Amino acid sequence: MRRAVFPWRLEKSLIPSPVMSILVPVCSVLLALLVGAAFLALAGRDPWFLYGEMFSGVFGSRYGLTETVVKAIPLVIAGLGVGLAFRMRLWNIGGEGQLFMGACAATWVALTFPEQPAWVLLPGMFVVAAVGGGLWGLLPAIPRAYLGVNEIITTLMLNYVAILWVDYLVYGPWRDPAGFGFPLTARFSSGAILPTLGESRIHAGLLVGFALALLLYLVLYRTRWGYEIRVVGDSPGAARYAGISIERNILLVMLVSGAICGLAGMVEVSGLAHRLQPGFSPGYGYTAIIIAWLARLNPLSIILVAFLFGALQVGGYVVQTSGVSATTVAMLQGLILFFVLAGEAFLKYRLRRVRDAGAGVARA
Amino acid sequence: MDAECLVEMRQITKRFPGVLANDRVDLAVRSGEIHVLLGENGSGKSTLMSILAGLYRPDEGEILIGGRPVGLRSPRDAIQAGIGMVHQHFKLVETFTVAENVILGDWKTPLFLKRRRIEREIAELSRRYGLRVDPRARVWQLSVGERQRVEILKMLYRGCRVLILDEPTAVLTPQEARELFRNLREMADRGQAVLVITHKLQEVMEIADRVTVLRRGRSVATLERGAFTPRDLAWLMVGRDVVFQIKKPPSQQGEVVLELRDVYVRSDSGRLGLQGVSLTVHAGEIVGVAGIAGNGQRELAEAVTGLRPVCSGSILLSGRDITNIGVRRVIDQGVGHIPEDRLGIGLVPRLNAVDNLMLKDYRRPEFRRGPFLNLRLARERAAELVKRFDVRLSNLDAPVKLLSGGNLQRLLLAREISTNPRLIVAVYPVRGLDVGATEAVQRLLLEQRRAGTAILLISEDLEEIFKLSDRIVVLFGGTVTGIRPAEWSDPEEIGLLMMGTQPAEEAVP
Repeated sequence: MRRAVFPWRLEKSLIPSPVMSILVPVCSVLLALLVGAAFLALAGRDPWFLYGEMFSGVFGSRYGLTETVVKAIPLVIAGLGVGLAFRMRLWNIGGEGQLFMGACAATWVALTFPEQPAWVLLPGMFVVAAVGGGLWGLLPAIPRAYLGVNEIITTLMLNYVAILWVDYLVYGPWRDPAGFGFPLTARFSSGAILPTLGESRIHAGLLVGFALALLLYLVLYRTRWGYEIRVVGDSPGAARYAGISIERNILLVMLVSGAICGLAGMVEVSGLAHRLQPGFSPGYGYTAIIIAWLARLNPLSIILVAFLFGALQVGGYVVQTSGVSATTVAMLQGLILFFVLAGEAFLKYRLRRVRDAGAGVARA
Repeated sequence: MDAECLVEMRQITKRFPGVLANDRVDLAVRSGEIHVLLGENGSGKSTLMSILAGLYRPDEGEILIGGRPVGLRSPRDAIQAGIGMVHQHFKLVETFTVAENVILGDWKTPLFLKRRRIEREIAELSRRYGLRVDPRARVWQLSVGERQRVEILKMLYRGCRVLILDEPTAVLTPQEARELFRNLREMADRGQAVLVITHKLQEVMEIADRVTVLRRGRSVATLERGAFTPRDLAWLMVGRDVVFQIKKPPSQQGEVVLELRDVYVRSDSGRLGLQGVSLTVHAGEIVGVAGIAGNGQRELAEAVTGLRPVCSGSILLSGRDITNIGVRRVIDQGVGHIPEDRLGIGLVPRLNAVDNLMLKDYRRPEFRRGPFLNLRLARERAAELVKRFDVRLSNLDAPVKLLSGGNLQRLLLAREISTNPRLIVAVYPVRGLDVGATEAVQRLLLEQRRAGTAILLISEDLEEIFKLSDRIVVLFGGTVTGIRPAEWSDPEEIGLLMMGTQPAEEAVP
């Protein structure tokens, strides 16, 4: 008789239980922190001390909390942007570039019409940033829609183009003559700056993020266009069969996805930096990919996950003062994504104890 | 058991979440026999065979090969033990050639492929068994029937002594099926064992040396040839008597609804899939399209429904030209489509029943409420359709991919019929369905016929075509080789037409 030695079986489970769908991501994040701790220990650091520092640095002070919100704002918006494209299985890796182009377009408005009042300038920057980011998203969508050119490569490549373009502008034509040679544009006029919450650095971009999340949620689940996106995303074959134009939707979704990422860039320069400068984004467009994915592309969850990652980012800055590289946070982000994706297996499958396995173990 | 037993399965039990798929099943297969495994959908046939093929491991029970217990951990184990399975859903790499698919995963394959020699071997093998297929063709270009041949070749190439076929005739014509059966018989005569899964009684009567009937995961009987009648088997299989014939009232034909005039269409491989096809379908008429898979059926269905561009010729719907006007407008003109691939094309797997039921309607004005979709109406409509068409689902919000084949097809039919189409294009509407679901689907089609809908029925099952159709159109090589009223023609004649032979030629003096 041949019996199982290992008394557990992996089985497909059709509907994940509600307990598991909360427990699994939480455990995944904890495991990621544990592995991260191992790496920190290997680097000769005390991981628990550092985690404690990060935690108290983020949640123990007014500064930490508001900074978390500040960091979360572009992450929410860019996460919504790339998440929309992911819905249709368009792998828009170009959030970063679209964000840069949005910021660049908004800066152009701010620098060209500095005398205009805020009620003209801010909506103007808003629209132009959306157009700038949107066109940058549309560009790779055209060969994707009509020739099947892989958008992962093209969107990624366009990031470098956008970043270098901004570099060129701030080192060249847009450099502030009064800026002592630093690669910065002139500071925006007061009309081009987003209002802030009291004295803090939290700016109105937060409201933009919330509004967009709600809007996207409604669009996805309540409108015809959202319905089409969900159909195409799940089954392009069924979409074609139902007479839904896949090409048209690829163009539209990439346009809107890019436009939203462009807005993330606009609120960042208009609400925080108040000028365009190189490296104003520490890879928000890339972190947004992780966020959208962890939030399972649900617009409302994206807000939550973005705040978590905002906190992580701030935690990174905090531990930097103890001499640890801020890239530690990048490692932790990667680990979290890794573990959460791996954890999905436990939602799709479940372990079941084989009844009479005792005999098998005894024999072995 | 006795020494001639090639494979024996003892007390096999297999559970899936919520289902007991196999419950202490015994099965012994002798060398030199064709053993048929008979049962309805969900009776556990495929699970049992997947265990034998190494895909699943049994929770309990054991497998003996040549009297010795073996542990089959993977299909590779099974193949090395001489057991090969041809699945209902083919497991081929679409972008590879036939030859590449055949050698894929074969442990004998050397590091550097001797392509020429392998192709020659495969060509020879396919000639010997009459499994005509070009070893150099790419799989995505092949029809369903040809793909099955590749699957069989794959197992023969590996020298399997036990060949398991999961509903092999589902894609074949009677002639082809008979040819396949001859080949299977030949294999059996050489001492191999052939296991055939089916739910078609006719096939059991034709080929089975022995038959094992499964019902709800349990083996209810194993019978020797001559010890059973079709009625016995039907009773064993479903536990009740089956109505074999659907009564078909005479058709009340109206005006011409669909007309094809000299239509040419390219297939995926770029060759002409339809070459000058002309046919008509009247209101209240079912026109059955018979033909071996890959002779233009897919191109025909896709051309009529607007999914595939027409190169020349025209397609008219109630006199209006619908040639190349696009899928959306074809739908709006009142063409319903039951596609071959239900879950891949006809339904959106991860969306729920409400979303799936409005797939063809969501653009209509009554579903519009300001900028939003009228989801309340959609939900009401869905609940009503689910009830009317007896779709069994736990709730409207579950993704439809969880439904069984029969329920999926009911859901699909519910949607297509609810739009009151002028024309329904039904492609293989009962493929893979059990007796009960097949009956239900066929009744629905006949109801539509009575209601005056024109129906173009594409089927691989001649029995079904004869049962439902008023006229039969035979496709061969992309051309119409014959149009016959269903009552006057006999299956042999249609079968010959499907093979490209004109029986009339011989009869003419």
